[in-house]
Amino acid sequence: MTISREEVRHLALLVRLGLSEDDVLRFSGQLSHILESFEILNEVDTSHVAPTANSIGIESVMREDEPKPCLAVEDVLANAPSRENTFFKVRPVLE
Amino acid sequence: MDLCRLTIHEAADLLKKREVSSVELTEAVLHQVEAVDGKVNALVTVTADLALDQARRADERIKRGDATPLTGIPGVLKDNLCTRGIRTTCSSRMLADFVPPYNATVVEKLLGQGMVIIGKANLDEFAMGSSNEHSAFFLTRNPWNTDCVAGGSSGGPAVAVATDETLFALGSDTGGSIRLPASFCNVVGLKPTYGRVSRYGLVAFASSLDQIGPLTKDVTDAATVMNVIAGHDERDSTSLPHPLPDYSSSLVPDIKGMRIGVPREFFVAGMQQGVVDQINAAIALLEGLGAVIDRDASLPSIRYGLAAYYIIGPCEASANLARYDGVKYGYSAPDADSMWDAMEKTKERGFGAEVKRRLMLGTYALSAGYYDAYYLKALKVRTLIRQEFEGAFDKYDALVTPTSPTVPFKIGERLDDPVQMYLADVCTLPVNIAGVPAISVPAGFVDGLPVGLQLIGKPLGEETLLRIAFTYEQATGWHRKKPAVASISI
Repeated sequence: MTISREEVRHLALLVRLGLSEDDVLRFSGQLSHILESFEILNEVDTSHVAPTANSIGIESVMREDEPKPCLAVEDVLANAPSRENTFFKVRPVLE
Repeated sequence: MDLCRLTIHEAADLLKKREVSSVELTEAVLHQVEAVDGKVNALVTVTADLALDQARRADERIKRGDATPLTGIPGVLKDNLCTRGIRTTCSSRMLADFVPPYNATVVEKLLGQGMVIIGKANLDEFAMGSSNEHSAFFLTRNPWNTDCVAGGSSGGPAVAVATDETLFALGSDTGGSIRLPASFCNVVGLKPTYGRVSRYGLVAFASSLDQIGPLTKDVTDAATVMNVIAGHDERDSTSLPHPLPDYSSSLVPDIKGMRIGVPREFFVAGMQQGVVDQINAAIALLEGLGAVIDRDASLPSIRYGLAAYYIIGPCEASANLARYDGVKYGYSAPDADSMWDAMEKTKERGFGAEVKRRLMLGTYALSAGYYDAYYLKALKVRTLIRQEFEGAFDKYDALVTPTSPTVPFKIGERLDDPVQMYLADVCTLPVNIAGVPAISVPAGFVDGLPVGLQLIGKPLGEETLLRIAFTYEQATGWHRKKPAVASISI
């Protein structure tokens, strides 16, 4: 299994991760090597096995929807890189 | 008497009898940090003023006769546990200046008991790594040989405990991140059953695998910390509602008749012979103490654990770490010209190489066309591994294995070869895949470097593990060996 440089660039786009050309080259080699090590899984017959996403088997935990104290707006915004009034400020999504 | 050398239970006795104060204890520990940390780099942040303030309040509480076993006891927290008002970095440039507005549930519980926070300890960035070399800030060194790695990702917590820079630490364990550094540093590390300890406020890496647990100087202290941190939390919907035992009542030095299996798949090819010898000696000792040992136990699917883990973990991480978009908190690239450009530059500069590698790997395994072959396949293998553990625990009270196939390796040795690095977790990660508990206890030395014995239990079987570990520890005393670097102080 090899991951081409083109595929690395595509993956980086999906992650929204900027990469230098050096990174692209390095990750292409390393990801290929890692994926090769996963080929061992092809030995396992899982045709009649259900997947396990969570080891404890607890599902759909429900609780009453009761109002409770929550963080103050100022506390939530304290780490904001950019804000305006009581909002997080973001760059335009649509231009 | 050198107060920083004490265990929690020794210190709590002296505090209760008012022979020492928490301020004296905290000063001794801070002194040790000053003397030793420059040699091993365990701590990212030292909260000296806060610690002394907490110690004074603990002393008042003790005076009032209102003390608990952790009142006035200094501890450190892995720096991926949120602490209100104390920066929580995950050893990442992304969160280098992040000051959480709330405490993790475990932190809230410890503070409620009157614990003293000495500081926040180093980790591989976002807990992704097995050596601590992936911290964005600095490398934590192994106190037994500072040319060797501390193990990861809870390297800082393990080293702090080993060098008496704290009486105990909390770490997190996604594929071995408590047990591996515990093994490499000659301390006790417990990964509880998935769901036994609330993950609320633990910065998420792989949510179906992450679990918080103690790193301590002995098994007794591990039980003490578990008594405080375990339990249901409605803020973590995966936390278990089952009643809590008193873990300290498991500290009985008697394992007569206990059935212990030695699963051969954990003795992997390439395992260091010295480690095998130490583990075999430990197994013989357990047998001598009355345990019924089956050396032919087998969990055949364990050999697929490494591949399944390094698919599931990165897949979950790629979803969890999508939140670092430079908008709500954390690093944000100031010089971008569009929303997408900002996001790409933020992640490029905020994340280190290992995090980037895993985000891309996880995204690949979840992407259209590859989902079935990688992610879904790994989840099915997870079912097989879980079922084999269930089958084993019909026959055995616990399984015993090495914690790591080798003693600590040299710094730099595996840094450019991720596949070699991932092998360090081969004995620990099946435990996270199955969600069962496991403990690593000191089990001797090979060429002056520590070996850890891993005991694996059934879901919620922590008491059995503590009992076996306690019995073994009392019979050997390996945990009392201290690295020379810890005694250069004062």
